[in-house]
Amino acid sequence: MSEMTYRDALNLALKEEMRRDASVFVLGEDVALYEGSFKVTRGLLAEFGEERVKDTPISENTIIGVSVGAAMGGLRPVAELMTVNFALLAMDQIINHMAKIRSMFGGQAFLPMTIRMPGGGGSQLGAQHSQSLETYFMHCPGMYVLYPATPADAKGLLKSAIRNNNPVIFLEHELLYNSKGEVPEDPEYSIPIGKADVKRPGEDVTIVAYARMTILALETAEELAKDGISCEVLDLRSLAPLDEAAILASVRKTGRAVVIEECWRTCGLGGEITSRIYENCFDILKAPVKRVSGLDVPMPYSRKIEKICIPQPEDIRRAVMDVMSGEY
Amino acid sequence: MEARLRTVLPDQELLRLYEQMFVSREFEERCAEQYTKGHITGFLHLYSGQEAVAVGATAGLHRDDYILSAYREHAQAIVRGAEPRRVMAELFGKATGICKGKGGSMHLFDPSINFMGGYAIVGGQFPISVGLAFAASYRGEDRIAACFFGDGAVNQGTFHESLNWAQLWQLPVLFICENNFYGIGTEVHRSSALASIHKRTCGYDIPSEKVDGMDVIAVYRAVKYAAEKVRESGRPYFIEATTYRFRGHSMADPAKYRSAAENEMWKARDPLPNYAKRLIEEDIATRETLDAIEARCRKTVDEAVKFAEESPWPEDSAVWEDIYV
Repeated sequence: MSEMTYRDALNLALKEEMRRDASVFVLGEDVALYEGSFKVTRGLLAEFGEERVKDTPISENTIIGVSVGAAMGGLRPVAELMTVNFALLAMDQIINHMAKIRSMFGGQAFLPMTIRMPGGGGSQLGAQHSQSLETYFMHCPGMYVLYPATPADAKGLLKSAIRNNNPVIFLEHELLYNSKGEVPEDPEYSIPIGKADVKRPGEDVTIVAYARMTILALETAEELAKDGISCEVLDLRSLAPLDEAAILASVRKTGRAVVIEECWRTCGLGGEITSRIYENCFDILKAPVKRVSGLDVPMPYSRKIEKICIPQPEDIRRAVMDVMSGEY
Repeated sequence: MEARLRTVLPDQELLRLYEQMFVSREFEERCAEQYTKGHITGFLHLYSGQEAVAVGATAGLHRDDYILSAYREHAQAIVRGAEPRRVMAELFGKATGICKGKGGSMHLFDPSINFMGGYAIVGGQFPISVGLAFAASYRGEDRIAACFFGDGAVNQGTFHESLNWAQLWQLPVLFICENNFYGIGTEVHRSSALASIHKRTCGYDIPSEKVDGMDVIAVYRAVKYAAEKVRESGRPYFIEATTYRFRGHSMADPAKYRSAAENEMWKARDPLPNYAKRLIEEDIATRETLDAIEARCRKTVDEAVKFAEESPWPEDSAVWEDIYV
């Protein structure tokens, strides 16, 4: 194990997979010479050269379309969209093409491609650069959606994504890039797709979270432990496929659930998870499920009011207390 | 001055072009009949009138070259080598279809012949073609990507993004615009600021030319020349083939936006009888030879319809198959 940042863990995953497989190449806006807007592709151009580390025009839809074609032609592209917000320009290639090609062509093609997208709010970047669009991708069958919370998961999941023969949307949280953690050094270390992880075991209430929300949930659980409340924090890691079995197993154990989502509440992934809990665990629930969500507003710039729009530890704490007291 | 046919291709090849055009026409007309009978459902966009483009262009490419197209692509798939009966079964939605009945008329695909798909979002195939050309170049393969599209697609962002990209990265893509002058019911001069489509490539410094898309030999020669240019230079090239669809945009379109005079003018340029006439005039075929070819094509399509009719429907369990690897 060695301590490294989420950014460096991702960087290492890219380098290891590029060393391992010559069909892996990286493309995106400013990924080569500039080494990435968030520096996740630092050092790649120097090590792998211009043939495999490709700067592209600002043409998001075509970045994904070219990746689709390259994957169909036998390569293993890792595309970076500078932020998840720009993925909206590429939704035609993502939803209408990438996610459909295998099925609509009767299984005669497969697309071993990964699209990395930094995202999430909290940096005072305003309405167009602060979105959490994970639910948009989860809604569409034909691709996987991963969103790691820790450096170890970031490395292990990115390696799995690159090696997987299905298209993978790989979300990265901009506020986690500098977070540090222990990461296994074994170049064969990877995290399976579709497996949630109990980041903190507990007895009284299950907190279902993902990405930065997992980190906030862990902080909150630590505080709540001092008050004698034992929280189990389940980190989804993989949003699609969703590890329903792990969610239900944890809720059956604790009998209570709080679901946290950074995205907008309306039709947010928390609604889907809550519904699955009710459908499967209604008989054993000790309290109604509580959701903590991003507010249904375009993100404001000012840090004072931006904070209100994103789930905070105190919101999670309040939700857990509500569930524990049975009050709604 | 038209070239004498024998200076262009051997007799057998010249006759093969006729057979491919005829089987395409016959296939489409039988599709219309089967649609009317309710055997083919959904959207059905027929290629009748445009055969010289698919046939001439395919003859000008290598078998290893990738072909991509839009949603009016039955002929491109069949001419490239897709089995007509499996294409017909696909249109019927049968399990024996070329995409197991999951694709339908607009989504034919057969990687065994490098036919890399029919795409039904206008302009969707541009970047995918560029990506396939990149993969070929990256892997050091001697093949190019031929990307077919209509006049309507040139106003999509992906058109400009992909032309820029193909030239910037120096990729072997042959763009082939089938200009049939209408995007559904909107005539090209009502949608394009520059209606002369091949001139649009000057912004990307991509060489281009315009060719008579009703003349299979003209298309063949232009594409053969262009494909070799692309292969040698590793750079893109652009062809605009002017043509005409004899039917509406789809079976749902009676095409009332086109005048009878315009229709007659183009019908007089029908690529099939005109090419048949040349074959006879230049002593490459007799009427009897062509009759025999036509009979063979009808038999192929008859068998395709019979195969499609008799084929089984997909199992219900198929809905969960072939989504993930």
